[in-house]
Amino acid sequence: MSKRFDLIIDGKKVGAEEGETILKVAWLNGIDIPHLCFHPDNTVRANCRMCLVAIKGERALQTACSTLAEDGMEVTTVNPAIKRDRKFNLELIFGEHVEDCPVCVWNSRCDLLKYRKQYNSKMLRFPDRKTKRPIYEFGPIVFDQTKCIDCRNCVDICPTEYLEVEGVGSDIGIAPSMDRKKDCIYCGQCVVHCPAGAIKSQGEYGSQAALENLLKQKDKTVVVQFAPVIRSSIGEEMGLPYGTIATGQLVAGLRKFGFHKVFDTSVAADFTTTEEAGEAVKHIMSGKNLPVFTSCCPSWVRFIEYNYPEYIKNITSVRAPEIILGGLAKTYWAEKEGLDPKNIFMVSVMPCTSKKFEAQRVEMKINGLYPVDMVITTRELARIFLNKKIKIANLEAEAADMPFGDPSGAGVLYGASGGVMESALRTAYFRLTGEDLKDMDLFKEVRGQAGIKRATIKLCQPVKTGRGECVEIKAAAVNGIKNARIILDELKQDPKKYDFVEVMACPSGCAGGGGQSLPVNEQIRKKRIDALYAIDRGKKIRLAHRNPEVIEVYEKYFNTEEKRKNIFHTGFGQKPKTKIISRKRTKADGALHE
Amino acid sequence: MRNISKIAAARLTGRGGAEFPTAFKWLAVAKAKLEKFDRPAYIICNATEGEPGVFKDKHILRYFPGEVINGIRIALEELGAEKAYIYVQRKDLNTIKKRLTPFIKKLPIRFFAEDGGYLCGEETTLLEQMEGRRPEPRLRPPFPTEHGLHGCPTLVNNVETFYYISQIVKDEYRHTRFYCLSGAIRNPGVFELPIDLTIAEVLKKTKNIPRCKFFLQVGGGAAGEILLPDETNRPLKGAGAIIVYDRAKTKPQELMTRWIEFFFKSNCGKCAPCREGLYRLREELKKAKPDWLMMRAILETMRDASFCALGKSVYTPMLGLLEKV
Repeated sequence: MSKRFDLIIDGKKVGAEEGETILKVAWLNGIDIPHLCFHPDNTVRANCRMCLVAIKGERALQTACSTLAEDGMEVTTVNPAIKRDRKFNLELIFGEHVEDCPVCVWNSRCDLLKYRKQYNSKMLRFPDRKTKRPIYEFGPIVFDQTKCIDCRNCVDICPTEYLEVEGVGSDIGIAPSMDRKKDCIYCGQCVVHCPAGAIKSQGEYGSQAALENLLKQKDKTVVVQFAPVIRSSIGEEMGLPYGTIATGQLVAGLRKFGFHKVFDTSVAADFTTTEEAGEAVKHIMSGKNLPVFTSCCPSWVRFIEYNYPEYIKNITSVRAPEIILGGLAKTYWAEKEGLDPKNIFMVSVMPCTSKKFEAQRVEMKINGLYPVDMVITTRELARIFLNKKIKIANLEAEAADMPFGDPSGAGVLYGASGGVMESALRTAYFRLTGEDLKDMDLFKEVRGQAGIKRATIKLCQPVKTGRGECVEIKAAAVNGIKNARIILDELKQDPKKYDFVEVMACPSGCAGGGGQSLPVNEQIRKKRIDALYAIDRGKKIRLAHRNPEVIEVYEKYFNTEEKRKNIFHTGFGQKPKTKIISRKRTKADGALHE
Repeated sequence: MRNISKIAAARLTGRGGAEFPTAFKWLAVAKAKLEKFDRPAYIICNATEGEPGVFKDKHILRYFPGEVINGIRIALEELGAEKAYIYVQRKDLNTIKKRLTPFIKKLPIRFFAEDGGYLCGEETTLLEQMEGRRPEPRLRPPFPTEHGLHGCPTLVNNVETFYYISQIVKDEYRHTRFYCLSGAIRNPGVFELPIDLTIAEVLKKTKNIPRCKFFLQVGGGAAGEILLPDETNRPLKGAGAIIVYDRAKTKPQELMTRWIEFFFKSNCGKCAPCREGLYRLREELKKAKPDWLMMRAILETMRDASFCALGKSVYTPMLGLLEKV
């Protein structure tokens, strides 16, 4: 146990633990010390200098983010000098930030605007000095230097060290790396960690107009699907508390906007699970291409393709749920409904920037068509709802459309790190023991927010004896590419260390995805995840292979191996470095696309 | 520890300009070395000297190379350090190397040349650059004495400090320092004189009492304080520069522009107040009628909020000039 002690912040006695900074202690006690460059997911750099506080006995002001709380310390978080410093500092920062509030991922809820009000800073005291700076586009990411306040949160969070600081002094700027060893994996963590909204994904704010045009076309059937974690995070920008389960309202909102059909990606996750568990079991039994890596996270796949091509063969060939649902809609469902697959337009709402790239990979095509035609982020959907005044909090809950409307509990877990693994293990249990899992908490070691979760699972047939034919699965569920590197290093040392590895590029998995609403931190991610586990607990069917829709489609449609391969499986391969486009700012960058 | 006691008794302070008690630094390194006994310790002699009006280190390296090397040798032995580096500007490397090499002999002393400039007077910036990263200051703590070069205990001292360490250990220290005199005077140059002389006395002793109406900048040619003739009755602090300006010939806005240009070029870009403040000050000074009130607000913000001494110190000369001249 570390030492506890008391200190005084703004005249209030507060408790602290050794090693905590003043900023953290203040935050835990409900005192908001302004900060821009500090993010709990990152290292402390103390660049923005907004969190200056006065400490009794210290001549100079100190940054609260980098100063450890001490026993008996007396801290003042606001006084006239601090107020003045924050006001002018913020005005200086505004001078390097072109304000495009109507098309900003922060949706006018950023700290810059919050502190501007608190400290009466003039946004326009200094003319914008960076209007001639480049806007970089790489993959699905758009990095706008004209808005960048040089805090370097993106550089710090970037898992591949792709974003770099270039130049010196006042000319510094953050730019994509030209180094051939580094490439962007499109995870979008830079987007959700930027305090200034300088980074967004390709097409954000253009999607509403595109969709409205599409819905006007009489011959099109516009289908929307939503990823597991959307149901517990869409409420954030709609005035609902963090972690609110809003599945029914979300469906109602999507219908209100005009989508013809609303499907749940979690149902497709049940297909993914069923296929993936089968494949994993096959590999584990034969010992070939172990460990099996999951493929649901396109950033992880891209990371392997670019940086560790020797492991491409280990990635499961099973497609991600979103793609599978697109494929099913344009084959099985189209046949059933008598629709021309060419006239089905599939939109998916994803917590992810990387899915925008994945949907356009040629490897994803099925019968010559892209399974998914358009990917929008959680943020984009929230913005559409707000623009259209669709207040989902006030809507009656509605059920999603069948046959892809009712997932198992397992399917919903895909939004959390460890969820794919747990779903697959539940089904693998059945495959290996011949019995359905009864204790749903048997694999709880793979749950939670830790970066690496390891578990060794022994399954025997029959279950009760604990003897006879037994299989041991060495599993690891990983979130964060930095943690994935640790696992890959371990595998270099001992190739047999793991049999089955799930990797999600974003912290906590899709719940912390780069397409999610801002702000984000560990507590917020936890609430998004807890809601998913609550849904699972409340479901009658919690095993993917027991989902009646899955059973029906397998029986009715997948009567040949070829059909199954065509829709469920794909391949991956080495890829060249992402092309970087550098362009100047135009009027269109500041306006909503009409 | 005998030598550290001697340094402490001589009350030697760092001659790079920060005036930190040298013995404290040495003790901190010695202590860290005991705690991290499995790690090497390093000695760094800082010879970057990047500020206008400061040119004493080059003088010392030119005339007393043996003394400086002897000072470094004492540090190596006293602290059980593995290696010493002399950090020099790239353009000076060959000259300095030629002069010092005969004295280095078999001592583990190496040269490190970079274009670090003014900011590398700040020791953590110097360390960052030596480790191949961007030259930007580090957060402290941990201090370089315990977590310096490659995470090892590291002593960073200025050339002049090492020179006087040699003198102290040989019992030859007479409480002097090096003064760099320049500007509107007849007899500019580097002079070694007692530490407790007043600035007026330094001007007198070096036959440099200005004939014109003048004001001074002392400590450094950019960050140094502005003094009027009636304020010279006190000893010099900081990096040892005394610059004399002819009041009639000096245009304040031009002088400010010169300083701000220097700071602007030296600034690393790390923290917002310094990076943005210097940019705006520079822009403002380009105008025929700068907004002095706004500049003052920027300078105050920079003084309070900047990450390192570079940004904090811009206020001193600028406000001095604004208020006094």
